[in-house]
Amino acid sequence: MLGTGILKGMVETAKNFAGSYHDPERLTTVEYPEQRIAPKENARQFPMLIHDTEDPMKGLRCVACQICEKECPPQCIYIVKSKDKRADYKGQMQFYPATFDIDISVCMSCQICVEVCPFESIKMDTEFELSNTDRFGGLLIHKEQLAKSNEHYRKIHPADAAASDAVLAAEVAKAQAKAKADAEAKAAKAAAEAKAKADAAVAGPVPAPATSTAPQPTSPPAAPAA
Amino acid sequence: MGKPTFQRKAEVIGVGREGELLEVAMGPQHPSTHGVFRMDVVLDGETIVKLKPVFGYLHRNHEKIAENTSYLASMPYTDRLDYFCSLTNNWAYALSVEKLAGLQVPERAEYIRLITAELTRLLNHTCLAGFLLQDMGALGTPLMYAFREREKILDLIESLTGARMMCNYMRFGGCRCDLPPGWVDAAKKVVAEYSKFLDEFETLLSGNEILMARTQGVGKLSAELAVSAGVTGPMLRASGVDYDLRKVDAYGIYARYPFRIPLGTHGDVYDRYMVRMLEMRESLKILEPALKDIPEGPVVDPKAKLRGFRPKPGEAYGRIEGPKGELGFYLISDGSPNPYRYRVRPPSLINLTVLEDMCLGQTVADAIVSLGSVDIVLGEVDR
Repeated sequence: MLGTGILKGMVETAKNFAGSYHDPERLTTVEYPEQRIAPKENARQFPMLIHDTEDPMKGLRCVACQICEKECPPQCIYIVKSKDKRADYKGQMQFYPATFDIDISVCMSCQICVEVCPFESIKMDTEFELSNTDRFGGLLIHKEQLAKSNEHYRKIHPADAAASDAVLAAEVAKAQAKAKADAEAKAAKAAAEAKAKADAAVAGPVPAPATSTAPQPTSPPAAPAA
Repeated sequence: MGKPTFQRKAEVIGVGREGELLEVAMGPQHPSTHGVFRMDVVLDGETIVKLKPVFGYLHRNHEKIAENTSYLASMPYTDRLDYFCSLTNNWAYALSVEKLAGLQVPERAEYIRLITAELTRLLNHTCLAGFLLQDMGALGTPLMYAFREREKILDLIESLTGARMMCNYMRFGGCRCDLPPGWVDAAKKVVAEYSKFLDEFETLLSGNEILMARTQGVGKLSAELAVSAGVTGPMLRASGVDYDLRKVDAYGIYARYPFRIPLGTHGDVYDRYMVRMLEMRESLKILEPALKDIPEGPVVDPKAKLRGFRPKPGEAYGRIEGPKGELGFYLISDGSPNPYRYRVRPPSLINLTVLEDMCLGQTVADAIVSLGSVDIVLGEVDR
């Protein structure tokens, strides 16, 4: 009979209409901004720079290697390397970014900077309410605004942050082990040299100058509290 | 079989009535053109005697940008081709680079690719049905139902890839990250409930007399013309040609799962709608066992590297059956970090070329419906 299809369809819409009053599953929207859906663990919006210390500018993990700047598909990262070096989390002397800008009006949130970063220093934030009345300066984010603490990273991406912390802890342990091994090798070498010299002084006709004491083994650099 | 000719009849194209014809530019800001697309139509009363599709308003220089950047950096740009189906775009590009560089995809990554591609197909066809009905004047209801279901799939995709539409998920030789905990169960739930939604959607639409009146016999496309024009995807199958790259190429692990290919007989808008509806049910048949079988293991080839990727000189064409048709990437490598040539074969653009043949002799309202049934995304047409 002509019209049955339409009637069947209307029954379907009526079911949906009535259902939305008593079945919470049917209510598929939320009243943003009063209600919010928690972001997903993997969610990504714009990049941020992770720092480990109280002072964000002193503890940035970034060493200004400029790999992300090169790999960024829309070329929205601008980095100026510092002239001097400072100790990083392992105690190794590294450059740091004198300028680190991201133009988030160009950034397309692709996360490639995060993937290519070898220093676990750039990660994705989940902040998305970044509207601004200044369309040029306001959307160019400097390192002061980009710096976020590792606690913040742990809060928004717990699993990723744990993995990243493990990588860093392994790096620190490796650096410490290497420093210790180096120091021991150095001490052993110095002792051997001193002994050789002393032997030579005893045996040889030319009096050797008085050997100085073996250099003190350098203590391994202290790791920051992770 | 001789070479088919496609002569148009003089009365159809308005020969001899030049003075009475009216030329109208529909678009680029027309709500029914699915983006910035223009149809220059010549009308005899309300009958179309000539139609010229004009596009390029959304041209972003995708191919040239890709030739001046590294292989990896093009991956997020492929998301923006057909922004409804970024995961299948990723797959097509990854497939061609893998052919070029000879990378092996681990088993688990193949499963993830198959699952995400079929979820994308569900998502695309559901939305298309909604948009098609919107074009016919069913304002709201079907589209909102479609979007309600799309939301569930988007949630899955977001929890996997971190983004709802611009996924940037696949990598050369695998996928970017492993499935998050609990993802497979969530996907199983969505897939199990999807057939219920399809039943509901079909009760609402497929038997609806208004829909039938508006779509049956409208925008007919013959199998000969479809094959000659290189039309692929659900549009070609609605014309009755059994051609699906999932069967023809059997790329990925499609050979392991039995599924059928729905075919139309008339090649009209209704057939195109029904083919997509049935394809979604077949997708569910692939998804259900695939979600059960997914093995543990790595998700990326250990030989693949992110930085300093330089495939040896050569060329490769990788193609997949995207939700809209054959999506292919043709790459030539000269051994440098950038591709020497990068070419996209976009299904939307090639399917659009037969629009005039589908619309001649019909009314303006029918042209809108025919355009809706082609399933174009202007991001892919213009690139």
